[in-house]
Amino acid sequence: MSITAALGEGGAATGAAPRSLKRSRAHWVLLGPGLIYLVLLFVVPVGALLATSLYVPVPGGDIGQYQPALHWQNYPQAIAQFWPVILRSFWFALLATVAALVIGYPMAYAIAIRARGRTLLQGMLLVLVVAPFFTSFILRTIAWKQILADDSLVVAILHWLNLLPEGARLTATPFAVVCGLTYNFLPFMVLPIFAGLERLDVRMLEAGADLYASPVTTFRTVTWPLSLPGVVAGTLLTFIPAVGDYVNAALLGNNTNTTMIGQVIDARFFKVLDYPTAATLSVVLMAAIMLIVTVYIRRAGTEELL
Amino acid sequence: MTATSTASATTSLVPREPPPTTTRDVHRKPLRRRIGDSIVPTFAALGILFLLVPVAYTVVFSFNSAGKTNLVWRGFTLDNWRNPCGAPQVCQAFGHSLQVGLLSTLIATVLGTLVAIALVRFQFRGRSAANLLIFLPMSTPEVVLGAALLAQFLSVRVPLGFSTVVASHVLFCISFVVVTVKARVSSLDPALEEAAADLYASPLQAFWRVTFPLLLPGIAAAALLAFSLSFDDFIVTNFTSGSYETFPKFVYISATRGIPPQANVISSFMFVLALAIVVIVQLVGYARGKRLRSR
Amino acid sequence: MTSTAGTAGSAAPVGDQADSGADLELTDVTKSFGDFVAVDNLSLTVPSGSFFALLGPSGCGKTTTLRMVAGLEQPTSGTIAIGGSDVTGTRAHQRPVNTVFQSYALFPHLSVGDNVAFGLRRSGKSEIARRVADGLDLVELGHLADRKPGQLSGGQQQRVALARALVNRPSVLLLDEPLGALDLKLRRQMQLELKRIQTEVGLTFIHVTHDQEEAMTMADTVAVMNRGRIEQMGTPAELYELPRTAFVANFLGQSNLVPGTVVDRVTKSGLLAVDVSGTRILVPEVRSVRSSGGVLVGVRPEKLRILVGDQEPTPAENVLGPGTVTDVSFMGVSTQYQVEVRGLGTFGVFAQNLLGGSTVATGAEVRLAWSVDFTFALDGADAPDEGTVDLDDEP
Repeated sequence: MSITAALGEGGAATGAAPRSLKRSRAHWVLLGPGLIYLVLLFVVPVGALLATSLYVPVPGGDIGQYQPALHWQNYPQAIAQFWPVILRSFWFALLATVAALVIGYPMAYAIAIRARGRTLLQGMLLVLVVAPFFTSFILRTIAWKQILADDSLVVAILHWLNLLPEGARLTATPFAVVCGLTYNFLPFMVLPIFAGLERLDVRMLEAGADLYASPVTTFRTVTWPLSLPGVVAGTLLTFIPAVGDYVNAALLGNNTNTTMIGQVIDARFFKVLDYPTAATLSVVLMAAIMLIVTVYIRRAGTEELL
Repeated sequence: MTATSTASATTSLVPREPPPTTTRDVHRKPLRRRIGDSIVPTFAALGILFLLVPVAYTVVFSFNSAGKTNLVWRGFTLDNWRNPCGAPQVCQAFGHSLQVGLLSTLIATVLGTLVAIALVRFQFRGRSAANLLIFLPMSTPEVVLGAALLAQFLSVRVPLGFSTVVASHVLFCISFVVVTVKARVSSLDPALEEAAADLYASPLQAFWRVTFPLLLPGIAAAALLAFSLSFDDFIVTNFTSGSYETFPKFVYISATRGIPPQANVISSFMFVLALAIVVIVQLVGYARGKRLRSR
Repeated sequence: MTSTAGTAGSAAPVGDQADSGADLELTDVTKSFGDFVAVDNLSLTVPSGSFFALLGPSGCGKTTTLRMVAGLEQPTSGTIAIGGSDVTGTRAHQRPVNTVFQSYALFPHLSVGDNVAFGLRRSGKSEIARRVADGLDLVELGHLADRKPGQLSGGQQQRVALARALVNRPSVLLLDEPLGALDLKLRRQMQLELKRIQTEVGLTFIHVTHDQEEAMTMADTVAVMNRGRIEQMGTPAELYELPRTAFVANFLGQSNLVPGTVVDRVTKSGLLAVDVSGTRILVPEVRSVRSSGGVLVGVRPEKLRILVGDQEPTPAENVLGPGTVTDVSFMGVSTQYQVEVRGLGTFGVFAQNLLGGSTVATGAEVRLAWSVDFTFALDGADAPDEGTVDLDDEP
């Protein structure tokens, strides 16, 4: 099995002849267990999350004791207190997504188009792209901490080139966090773009070169539009987990100007035992992402991704 | 066998398709074009380097004779590899991760494969709702999934531990399994199942003798993906595990007081193992493809 | 591969029971998908041992009919009987029917031999190895039993698909555009080959195709389908010589059709006199769909004779014209002329090149004559261009 097969949604879809509704009920037998599972462990928990977000503390109760209520004020309160963190999370995720696109697109292009026809090379390059997944995500993040440490080679070179002012550091900066986010989700950017470009007919590029001559124009008018569905999928697969991630912020930032929303939710749940605020922030985060994703997909004209 | 390998050697010398731009005749091209042509591959190589440097760090530091922390290089040793369970709890956490990973993979792969077949092969009312239900968990950040599951587990007072971790891992794996297997199912000619039925195979026989063997590569890919997602998950696990410790959780918690080099050993071992499996699969697939073409 | 009768002599090479298939009977079968009626109240009997073709353009309902016979689709209403027993409602795997699919649908993970053995294993037949070997020999692929389908050429795959269906000795063998994916030359060869095999095994073959030439070459009986109904059924010669609808006249070969009105009925000679924009044309009454009112008078292009200058028709001929030759295409064995007759439109004429080369030049003033006996008349309500080849319609 190839990694390509694992990612390319679709492939040569032969368009199964849709069968008549009356034909059979077999699909419910197949769907039943999976969908029931998703309802019980996704829909119901999200409901529980919504309910929890409206809870109030038990009057006179201990810390961590809440009772059901419809306390809508939890929302304005949480947003008023944490809006800079929420905004920062989206900002970091956006920066990481753009960086991953800039780094990942040429990688996907090189593997899909330049290595076209050389099956083994293509397969090996894809293995290298997913290879980071074979080691622990947290250990790799720790490795970044080492790479960007004050006494590291990278920092020394940057000092020597005067790109980094004397005394400035990379550890515990927004740069380190965005760098970690970019790194961790880069394969999620490369693979969908690759899957899209792999299906692109190289003859179209030749036709483009024939019509427009300039490689830049060919890219702008042929390659890029055709790879757009892959780009949309890749940016979403990068952006969504990046917004909610807190491992990078905790390990590479650990500074008040790098706090991301995930850290707050985690802390409210486990350290402060403030479940309603944690739930409120989760709901806000989820709603904001849904909104952004919907608008983004509409704007990009790739509704069929849903 | 010799004939086959000779044939494949010959074939590999001949490019099956001309490259998009004529990269082959380098000499006749102006320097500017030559530089232009090499920009993308160079950039891609740097990108792959970027991906692999941290991996190299984790492997290299598995040989570090670490002190209290394993952040600076103190000298080469094989001790950590000789005694991978040397640090407290590291092997226990690893074992937990294997158990959770295998069980969640099994459940998610079975459930997800069935759903994928149904979604591609049947047209029914509620199909787009089902698709949305598959898509939503994938587009929800892990921290929200974790928080929602924890809110639910708390409200029904389920004790947190192995079972809650498996339950939550199955949840985020199912969607990826569905997407992966769906791609395979839709590339399958529906006439194959009809041909099986036409040749007297009952629906169940048609599934086991035709559909399943043909889906197997897709299912295997999905299972591998599910296992790697589960094995490496930290955020959801952190919410739903209580005091149960998986390998990523162990590493995260030790990060504050110093990660033992044994964690690097285990991680490096898994890396080499997975890499070997994938490379072998690639090579076998390549060789088989070559053989098919050369006959 | 040649179609020599070499293997034809060997008795019953596939199975031991030399049965000759079974009758297939469709009664009032209708199949609708939502609002769309794919097959409309179709009744049909295919006698056992015959080679039957369902011919029609894409979307005419022929494939749906085939799928209902196979059990892959259930009729909305009506019954299907095979060998006298009602199989309506049974599933595909329960029917004594096998199909050669358009895409062949060979199982890519099984060897050629295992593909052929698939149906035998499911139905628990004995002597599977021998039957598989015989089946592959019949299609002359015995030496490729260990290959995977992906390693075979298109023509070889087609023959494996055929062997896979035939070894089961089905009561009815269904062929869904089996030659559609082959190139022209291979297709001609396989047409003869299929005909040989059918004669040899004697099973009932039902062949679905959109290729009129293919249907006429192979089938004993052809049913022309259009919009879910059978327009006309008969031997290829019957259909060609005496089409009963404009669709059949145009879809099966070419026809010249002109509107006219029946003005006289001569009972004694059995002829109808038809007025075609002022000219009197005679049509045998038995060759006309109606004996009064508006009709479409038709004649096949090769039946037309071009009259130049003062050439006169015989008394047994109809004449139209004068007209102008607008196009001359030399085609080797024949020459195709287009003749524009004022007020009636363009006539196609095929003339055999008996004298070597075309005899009439573009721009010549000519008249057209043809034997009264070859004239036919259709319902005047038919559209004269129905069933003509539409370039966009070719699959």
